[in-house]
Amino acid sequence: MTQFNRRTMLKIGGAAAALPLLGSRAFAQEKLKVGFVLIGMPDDNGWNYGHDRGRQEMLAAIGEDKVETTVVTNVPEGPDAERVFRELAQQGHKLIYGTSFGYGDYIHKVAKQFPDVKFEWATGNATAPNVSIYNAKFHEGRAVIGTVAGLMTKTNKLAYVGSIPIPEVRMGANAFAIAARKVNPNVTVKVVYIDSWFDPAKEAEQARALIDQGVDIIAQHTDGPVIPQIAEERGIVGVFGQGADMSAFAPNTQLTAIIDRWGPHYTKSVQSVLDGTWVESSVWDGLASGEVEIGPYNAKVPADVVAKAEEVKAAIIAGTLHPFAGPIKDNTGTERVAAGDVIDDGEFWGVDWYAEGIEA
Amino acid sequence: MSSDIVIAILMTMAGAATPILLAALGELVVEKSGVLNLGVEGMMLVGAVITVAVTLTTGNHLLAVACAAAAAALAALIFGVLTLTLSANQVATGLALTILGTGFSALFGRPYTGKSVPTVGSPFPAELATDPVWRLLFGHSVFVYLALIMVVAVWWFLQRTRSGLILRAVGENDLSAHSMGYSVIGVRYAAVAFGGAMAGIAGACFPLALTPQWVERLTTGKGWIALALVVFAAWRPFRLAAGAYFFGLMMIFEVYAKSSSSFRVLPSEFWAALPYLATVVVLVLISLRREGSSSAPACLGKPFIAAG
Repeated sequence: MTQFNRRTMLKIGGAAAALPLLGSRAFAQEKLKVGFVLIGMPDDNGWNYGHDRGRQEMLAAIGEDKVETTVVTNVPEGPDAERVFRELAQQGHKLIYGTSFGYGDYIHKVAKQFPDVKFEWATGNATAPNVSIYNAKFHEGRAVIGTVAGLMTKTNKLAYVGSIPIPEVRMGANAFAIAARKVNPNVTVKVVYIDSWFDPAKEAEQARALIDQGVDIIAQHTDGPVIPQIAEERGIVGVFGQGADMSAFAPNTQLTAIIDRWGPHYTKSVQSVLDGTWVESSVWDGLASGEVEIGPYNAKVPADVVAKAEEVKAAIIAGTLHPFAGPIKDNTGTERVAAGDVIDDGEFWGVDWYAEGIEA
Repeated sequence: MSSDIVIAILMTMAGAATPILLAALGELVVEKSGVLNLGVEGMMLVGAVITVAVTLTTGNHLLAVACAAAAAALAALIFGVLTLTLSANQVATGLALTILGTGFSALFGRPYTGKSVPTVGSPFPAELATDPVWRLLFGHSVFVYLALIMVVAVWWFLQRTRSGLILRAVGENDLSAHSMGYSVIGVRYAAVAFGGAMAGIAGACFPLALTPQWVERLTTGKGWIALALVVFAAWRPFRLAAGAYFFGLMMIFEVYAKSSSSFRVLPSEFWAALPYLATVVVLVLISLRREGSSSAPACLGKPFIAAG
């Protein structure tokens, strides 16, 4: 593995264009070069960690004799990302993963200039002949943790700390609130955004502010383990690991975790490039295919709560329970989904309201 | 808003204001001596990562803070050698110091990422802080008290001691100070090292009091706020303290406003922008009084080269 960060990329960027830096490798076995662009560091114990673990699983499954990877870390969602994608393409990477929503415009722009390079945009919402999108149905996991939260809260005040108000984050909060209220109609869910994917100080301050206002269970859709740490420090009822098991940071407070498993997808998609069968596609799997996993339950979660959560999980996997099955009212009291209806995968991205019980 | 929330806001505000205040106090002394060191953010990161490393290895918080101060002071001295002895451009060198500190801390911090750091609590017995109102006085982390003591100490040093007078003279008119026999370069070295040490302690606040772990760029730009605050406060320690708490309140107000139904009338983006709006308003008010700009040390940012 070659690991670059943004700064070394700056340095080698110009040189790479002029010098056949990697020429010697061209004589070897024609290894497929795969690039990964991450918004943070692989050791964040969250989002980026999940993608890097997926990369490692892919390498193990396919074999390092057939594929080599380049990871570019700390790439902000701005014009600089375009340069990173272009340089990876120029350096001969034939498959490039952009693992953050905000890379979309840049991926599409660079993809037009390199029609023989395949791009995959995680959590994206638009494809092109050489751009696929892949995502996981995290909201299925959130329905499970919402069930746990609804059953375990003592103050009936839950909170959901989001990163940026995009549809996916909003729908995560909706799934959490709907599931929590199904088992406990008295709960309210405060939804707050820190307006960043990475700002540990603000996450910590936000968590403290919520706890000060009586919230006793916090779910998060941000990338790192700061919130579990604060929750542990304050000794509230619970938090949930996001992206990875965060129990090391909150051994007494993490009730369970939503774990991202990107390995199966990376293995499948790299193999399809090797086989020449890669096509423009939109992959969106969840609990059933193992892209989303529920972590181990904390010992303090009562057996009946675990049983109820596992029941929800099994029903989602079996397809008998939809996280967005009607009737669903929004938080102004208007009915949004009629009984017997669901929000399907297409409608999902257009939802601009919060479910009943959410304060946002 | 109940009184509990008001107390909670004030408590969190003090925590958020403290690293900014510590770093800005150090920079104030540096600038009073006529040196502009833009490397505060970098030195804070060095302090933060050293704190994490020493705390996780030895478990000794005091040693960790001392090492953080020393390491950041050392980083500041690199800046000193380049700008004071070699007369390099202070703005460019300061920015380079920030980049160096960011890179160094990221590299050095690798083995410590993803580990919980034990935090430091209040220096007072816990019984004093059980009542919410008493908690406001006695329930803060030790850094909060240290920062407030340092405000008085810096003011006393600059305004009431002979050394402080010399330091100000060096910053206001380096040639006169030189001709009176004072070592301009020596005084500036001392000031730069002090500024570094303070930034290092400010950096130590993050893992030990605010976000108990190490991640890259942990200080998220607070060093730049500290730099701005020095100008904002017109180089006066007490105004600096007021400014830091004002900034702290603005930052904290946002997180409470977003999670409280009383503030739901305005979108969360408004509360997020509030600290910046407030900054603009305050700066305008200060400039209306026509005393902000004239209070900058006269030799700020100018290299001193002794003739003969």
